[in-house]
Amino acid sequence: MIDITKLTKQADNKLILRGIDLKVKKGETLAILGPNGAGKSTLLKIMAGLIKPTSGLVKMKGLDLRKNANEVKKSIGYLPHASLLYDHYSPLENLVFFGKLYRVDNAEERAIQLVKEVELSYFLHDPVKNFSRGMIQRIAIARAIIHNPEILLLDEPHTGLDQGAMTILNNVILSMKEKGTTTLMVTHDFKQAAEICDRIIILKNGKIVDDFTVKDQSLGMVTEKYKIQMEGVS
Amino acid sequence: MNLLKSSLLLAKKDLFSEWKTKQVLVTQIIFASLVIVVFSFAFDPSNNMTKAVIPGITWVIIVFAGVLGLNRSIVSEQRNETLHALLVAPMAPAGIFLGKFLSNFTMIIIVEIIAIPFLFLLFDFNMAGSIPYFILIIFVGSFGFVSIGTFLAALAGNSKSSEMLLPLLLFPIASPVLIGVTQATRIILSDMSKLSSALAWTQMVASYDVIFFVISLFLIDYVLEV
Repeated sequence: MIDITKLTKQADNKLILRGIDLKVKKGETLAILGPNGAGKSTLLKIMAGLIKPTSGLVKMKGLDLRKNANEVKKSIGYLPHASLLYDHYSPLENLVFFGKLYRVDNAEERAIQLVKEVELSYFLHDPVKNFSRGMIQRIAIARAIIHNPEILLLDEPHTGLDQGAMTILNNVILSMKEKGTTTLMVTHDFKQAAEICDRIIILKNGKIVDDFTVKDQSLGMVTEKYKIQMEGVS
Repeated sequence: MNLLKSSLLLAKKDLFSEWKTKQVLVTQIIFASLVIVVFSFAFDPSNNMTKAVIPGITWVIIVFAGVLGLNRSIVSEQRNETLHALLVAPMAPAGIFLGKFLSNFTMIIIVEIIAIPFLFLLFDFNMAGSIPYFILIIFVGSFGFVSIGTFLAALAGNSKSSEMLLPLLLFPIASPVLIGVTQATRIILSDMSKLSSALAWTQMVASYDVIFFVISLFLIDYVLEV
């Protein structure tokens, strides 16, 4: 599903990614862990098409991201820390706009259904600017999956969420997984990574230093492996 | 076709936003009205010499009211990083430029429809020239100014001082358009016997418009990169 070969990214004479090789199978849920500045978000941004790599190849669904950007982007749902929502628009207006941008059939119907799924039907027509962080993030989740993406890219999605929003987000990820969606999640939350993900990679100084499958949602194993890699890193 | 559909959708979204917030258009209209009122006090409308400054005032209104809108069109996409949402959508960066251009152009046309008759009214200006030619020149000039401005607003948008940077970049690059349309407007409003000269200026501006518009469509991909 995702095939990354010798990916590098340089910015201001600093090498952020140093030859990333990564293969992710369809339906797999992968967590990307690592200290600040390791290149986790940069990797996700390159996959989302937000920034261009310095060298290397990114293939998704067998298509080269550089050459078939529009075709690949149709299959990607991207949820960063920022909401990517228009403040003065209501959840319905936001979702209908993005639905139409992704050429979703019956965008309004789909938007109403998603707002219901994230339990904000009562606020369907209220401007997003009046919402709390948790409510905004729920609508942001709905925005990211409005077009039923085959690949979900999540950048620290659990940060600042209340318990309700966290449960909704996890349910969305798991239900998307059941549908065969491939999920990549950058996170600092080991507990969420162990509970949701099948596989974890650890990034350090722009390189993948560990790549392992999670057994029995073992938080201890994740913490141990991370600790080993981060020894000596302040 | 997809490019046009996406850009129309984006332009519609921007205009609907403006309809809801009334932040930019109202500011532009108030600014244009203020300029007209100040100039009407500075120059005696009953003096025939005053008529000579009308082409200049017309373009002062369009340029300065336009700058107010151009900057905001990109800055508004930076709140909550909505520009990233557009960049990750299946839409070419050229579509973002085209959508922003269409909404900015529509707004400046609305400002012109309100401000220019008000200017003529306050200066008691009787049009001696041709109205269709005048409209053509305003259209060609606004097209060039807005396309250059939209591209440069995207370029300046990454800077923290984008509001200062945009005029600094815009005025030197847009000066051929502004010189050409001001000359053409002056001729059309005062002396129709020199129509061929006005048309030559208009053609020069139209060529500049096309060249810059096409260059912007190609380069916007690099400008919008995060």
